[in-house]
Amino acid sequence: MSRPAKGFIAGVFEHPTRKAVDKTIPQLHAEVALGALKDAGLTKDDVDGYFCAGDAPGLGGLSMAEYMGLKVRHIDTTETGGSSYTVHVGHAVDAIAAGRCSVALVTLAGRPRADGVATLGSRNYGPASPDVGFELPYGPAITNLYGMAAMRHMYAYGTTSEQLAWIKVAASHHAQHNEHALLRDVVTVDDVLNSPMIADPLHRLDCCVISDGGGALVIVGPEVARSLGGRCVKVLGTGEAVKHLNGGKVDLSHNGAAMSGPIAFAEAELTPADMDYVSIYDSFTITVLQTLEDLGFCEKGAGGRFVADGNLISGVGKLPFNTDGGGLCNNHPGNRGGMTKVIEAVRQLRGEAHPKVQVPDCTLALAHGTGGSIATRMGSATVILGRNDA
Amino acid sequence: MSMAERTYPDPTTNLETERYWAAARDGKLLIKTCNACGEAHYYPREICPHCGSTDTEWREASGKGTIYSYSVMRRAETPYVIAYVTLDEGVTMMTNIVDADFDAIAIGKAVEVTFRATEGGMALPVFRLAGEG
Repeated sequence: MSRPAKGFIAGVFEHPTRKAVDKTIPQLHAEVALGALKDAGLTKDDVDGYFCAGDAPGLGGLSMAEYMGLKVRHIDTTETGGSSYTVHVGHAVDAIAAGRCSVALVTLAGRPRADGVATLGSRNYGPASPDVGFELPYGPAITNLYGMAAMRHMYAYGTTSEQLAWIKVAASHHAQHNEHALLRDVVTVDDVLNSPMIADPLHRLDCCVISDGGGALVIVGPEVARSLGGRCVKVLGTGEAVKHLNGGKVDLSHNGAAMSGPIAFAEAELTPADMDYVSIYDSFTITVLQTLEDLGFCEKGAGGRFVADGNLISGVGKLPFNTDGGGLCNNHPGNRGGMTKVIEAVRQLRGEAHPKVQVPDCTLALAHGTGGSIATRMGSATVILGRNDA
Repeated sequence: MSMAERTYPDPTTNLETERYWAAARDGKLLIKTCNACGEAHYYPREICPHCGSTDTEWREASGKGTIYSYSVMRRAETPYVIAYVTLDEGVTMMTNIVDADFDAIAIGKAVEVTFRATEGGMALPVFRLAGEG
């Protein structure tokens, strides 16, 4: 108990389903909530702060609090796409530190796979969205937006498709050990390069899975953490950022991690070199590569060389990442991956990752969430976590 | 060049952007410039996103620019090219590249504006490789 903690993650739960044809979205929220509370050794009556995002149906936090029977004195429904739940970690520890709540519950749930939601169509956030007339007619699917980010990275830094493929290869090496992972087959660089081109330069295997399910976190303050014992994980630093097209001064050379990362590292008084394990948002391979650069794990433009040759594979490379198989192979519930990033980092710090991928003596870890699109407007959140004795 | 081209949905318009779309129908590409800070911006707004001034003015763009990035959407029913084009006026806009072999498109290439009719008869600014129209 040396490093000061802003708060503690006391419980986590990842829903085991990947296709929830027999469950409603509110039901999934309630199931993950109960799972995380049980993991923490708490009950729903202990919860006095509730956090959720745009996946929560109806009136969001109000509807979900009612459905689950929560009685809370603090609510936060910050919506930054898939990064929301990583943002919520920071907001929750701040709310706890300010005395606004003592047990914070964060939930995510979705079922795009059961509902047959495709991602090849254009994204539409409604007619009042100020950008809609200037983007939707041009067919911005999520794949071709990230394709433009990857194409620019290749142009600026010489990054190759082979280097991007190594990220999927590493994720697949981890996913083979996860019984719940959607894709458990180990793939090679050639497998990625030979998969169909979706949106240049991204192949099918450069893309994450579409899956149902969700996850939840229970976050508490020091007093509650002491009463719960040694499985609580310390929140040592958090940072968030918003990046957008800046009035037409478009710059795809970096993403929001370049802003959120330094804030989190500064608060934790740690550096990238201190991290034993990282969970990096992996909607696409390019998301990981760019984020690792922007967080400072390598020089800008050197990401391709950094991820190559198995450097992200646990037990093989220098920086084990996404040991659950990540969004690329395991799970991307509701098309929102920020929750599962935090959950796997907590497993690593508790020593509860699969033995084949557990990082020995994992003491310090990072989880990073990305929301929206790195090629348009995005939310970014970095969380630095420490084992209970860190 | 004879490849099929996708159909274009109508752009959503609003009070701030009606004039942009009316000009497009006349074959003109407009951008907004701020008289207070001198900066152009895109997409057009009444209030300058750079300095917050309400003194913004429509100006006709040259229609010339270069490709900042692009991606060929291979899995669409009719494949198409999404791109960011940086106009000579300095702003970068999302668009499509048309009338080009996919293999001829590259970052840094010069492009010029042209217009496509949308499903409902509006006009949409798109770009083609310069000197190949």
